[in-house]
Amino acid sequence: MKYLDEYRDARIARALAAEIRRCSSRPWVLMEICGGQTHTLMRYGIDELLRGSVELVHGPGCPVCVTPLELIDRAINLARRREVTLVSYGDMLRVPGSDTDLFHLKAEGGDVRIVYSPTDAVNLARSLPERKVVFFAIGFETTAPAHAMAVLQAERLGLNNFSLLVSHVLVPPAIRSLLRSPKNRVQGFIAPGHVCTVVGCRDYEELVSEFRVPIVVGGFEPVDLLEAIRMLVIQLEAGRTELENQYVRSVQYEGNRPAQAAVARVFEAADRKWRGIGSIPKSGLFLKPEYAAFDAERIFNLHDICAQEPPECISAEVLLGHKKPTDCTAFGNRCTPDKPLGAPMVSSEGACAAYYQYKRHLVTL
Amino acid sequence: MCLAIPGKVAVIEEKDGIRTGRVQFGGITRQACLDFVPEAQEGDYVMVHVGFAISVVDKEEAERTYALLESMGLLADELESDGTAPAES
Amino acid sequence: MPRTINTNATSLHSEAVSTDEPKDLTGFSCPVPLPARERILLGHGSGGRLSADLLRQIFLPALGNPILDRLDDQAVVSLNGIRLAVTTDSFVVKPLFFRGGNIGSLAVHGTINDLAMGGAEPLWLSAAFILEEGLPLEILKRVVDSMQEAAASAGVQIITGDTKVVEKGSADGLFINTTGIGRVRDGVSLSASNARPGDAILVSGFLGDHGIAILAEREGLRFETQVDSDSAPLHDLVAHLLAGTREIRCLRDPTRGGLSSTLNEIAAGSRVGMELDETAVPVREEVRGACEMLGLDPLYVANEGKLVGIVAPSAAQDALRALRNHPLGKDAAIIGRVNAEHPRMVVMRTLLGTTRIVDMLAGDQLPRIC
Repeated sequence: MKYLDEYRDARIARALAAEIRRCSSRPWVLMEICGGQTHTLMRYGIDELLRGSVELVHGPGCPVCVTPLELIDRAINLARRREVTLVSYGDMLRVPGSDTDLFHLKAEGGDVRIVYSPTDAVNLARSLPERKVVFFAIGFETTAPAHAMAVLQAERLGLNNFSLLVSHVLVPPAIRSLLRSPKNRVQGFIAPGHVCTVVGCRDYEELVSEFRVPIVVGGFEPVDLLEAIRMLVIQLEAGRTELENQYVRSVQYEGNRPAQAAVARVFEAADRKWRGIGSIPKSGLFLKPEYAAFDAERIFNLHDICAQEPPECISAEVLLGHKKPTDCTAFGNRCTPDKPLGAPMVSSEGACAAYYQYKRHLVTL
Repeated sequence: MCLAIPGKVAVIEEKDGIRTGRVQFGGITRQACLDFVPEAQEGDYVMVHVGFAISVVDKEEAERTYALLESMGLLADELESDGTAPAES
Repeated sequence: MPRTINTNATSLHSEAVSTDEPKDLTGFSCPVPLPARERILLGHGSGGRLSADLLRQIFLPALGNPILDRLDDQAVVSLNGIRLAVTTDSFVVKPLFFRGGNIGSLAVHGTINDLAMGGAEPLWLSAAFILEEGLPLEILKRVVDSMQEAAASAGVQIITGDTKVVEKGSADGLFINTTGIGRVRDGVSLSASNARPGDAILVSGFLGDHGIAILAEREGLRFETQVDSDSAPLHDLVAHLLAGTREIRCLRDPTRGGLSSTLNEIAAGSRVGMELDETAVPVREEVRGACEMLGLDPLYVANEGKLVGIVAPSAAQDALRALRNHPLGKDAAIIGRVNAEHPRMVVMRTLLGTTRIVDMLAGDQLPRIC
């Protein structure tokens, strides 16, 4: 597959790894922000290739992991209602709520359906006028434009049975929060390439200036990540702190303007709770009041449903890179993908799940 | 987050007032909305996320940077076979 | 740790205190209670870890006996010196019709394959139908005609059956349960407990075709593809393989749960480790494309016309040749080796030369966007 296979070339990957090992005078601590990048690193054993030269800690780039507990509970509440068809991406089905999850609910007879695209959810609403179709709209900045378009399309079609349950989070505020913590060990960041494809690089340039830390916008294939790591190591060795773009085939500095416009039309930023972390200012997207007709929280009066966030578990520390999944005493015994204790073990790109699925044979438990 | 993959725009159509492309991913084809990439033409590659194209793959940039990576790969190969570089682990 | 549901109305919008303070996250422990699993989930049927749990927790304790306990795809019993293989299977696929087949042809092929994996020559099938009230007769006729066609080309007969009807909403149109009876060839003893370190691991062709053909038709995920389900009867391929070499330890068809589940089952059954070579695993371009798009791993996608063979090292080339000389095995490949290094664990050497685990899935693999 063009523009995919070339970036999985073993020879180039090994050459980059060798170059990184050659250049690094000490084990630099780097963070890849996006869960999809974590998935690639684990799945291809890139941490193995770089052992000793680079320590990779995994960032909070998993919108599944950080969706607040009460939002899962609200989705479950909706799916229990006879007239509601809850439509979701596959990722959310197994995330534990306060006492169950959407997968269990499907088993109990709830109308829960999986789609690939929000367009499918809109089409479902069109074809099922007697049902209330609610789309569980999760994601980072990358997915927000698609959700915005779904709302605009539903509006254009005059649909009165379609709404979104929104759980959108923005990455830079979380990184800012992390960088301001006295416990932060991360010396350089790989910024999420698909987020930046949409929003551009400005947010990350601001982080570079404010915190004097190098950031490279990276792609998602092994060669992309190794190249981004190499660029970071070169900066760190030279004492430079700049924003660079490795993912030039997809990311432009300004990002995607039409996509940004769609998001600005439909969503607004506000403070938002991250599961396991707490509230981060201006870190969430919410539907604007003029789109209230498409806001499931308002339509179904979900504000009464709250959940007591349990005393934070190590999920938080893993999400912010202070600890590794393997530092958790429950990892691999009490907490596994079959019986997850926290969201990073459930989501396919949560750090804990990635470690468990691909790497646990290297871990002494 | 953000599983987006590159696909080739085979045909551009208009569906329900939305500019849509039939995009090929290694032999399968799926519709993707092209509203965010008005400059995309048939034959271009686009990055598609949840059925929406979010960028047109920049062929020149890709070629330029890839050529550099390729030469690095080739060089490492040569060094390895020369025995002048440490063996890969 | 009890959860309290707060009845004070608040919304995520108007959180009381949101400061810009950096987060201090020291000293936490993870108090989330384990979810009690008291009901059957879809994942229990997916051929992965949940299915295995169900066997261990419910079926084996109640029904266990030496034959059942071996957990092979078929049970082998002896009657007056003749060894018979008996198998049962249920078919619940949705949609009923897909590229390359339908639930009827799938039922016949699947049952034949369970027998064939035990080295048995399939002879007779039974077919019991559970029909949803309101199912169009035309649909039933098409399915049954397909079954007859599939049985006839495979040289087996459907000799007995049953029909039940359930109320609308209970059965997704149509379910089929089968029993298959076959005769085990002399001198053949195939089992998931037979694998030994050094054995070669072979597959008979491209992986993931069936699962992708099905997903392509699923509402919410639809895409255009030329991929057909690979549903096919494998008894003739097995006969060819056994003619090529008798040093076969085990044969399995990697259906639900894909190659990964099958290999993990054999690794557990034989208490051995396995190492695969990612570059050797055959996957069609279209299947790869679909998997990339949906975020799926082909190793976990269902197959209905492929077999996995564990073969003595000295016989690997003969086995490969025998498979490749048959139309259903022309893309066969050796994809790895059995070892003693990490018993019960299947690992894969990635295309970068590093190692990753090929784990047993907990439940169904779901498409993802992240």
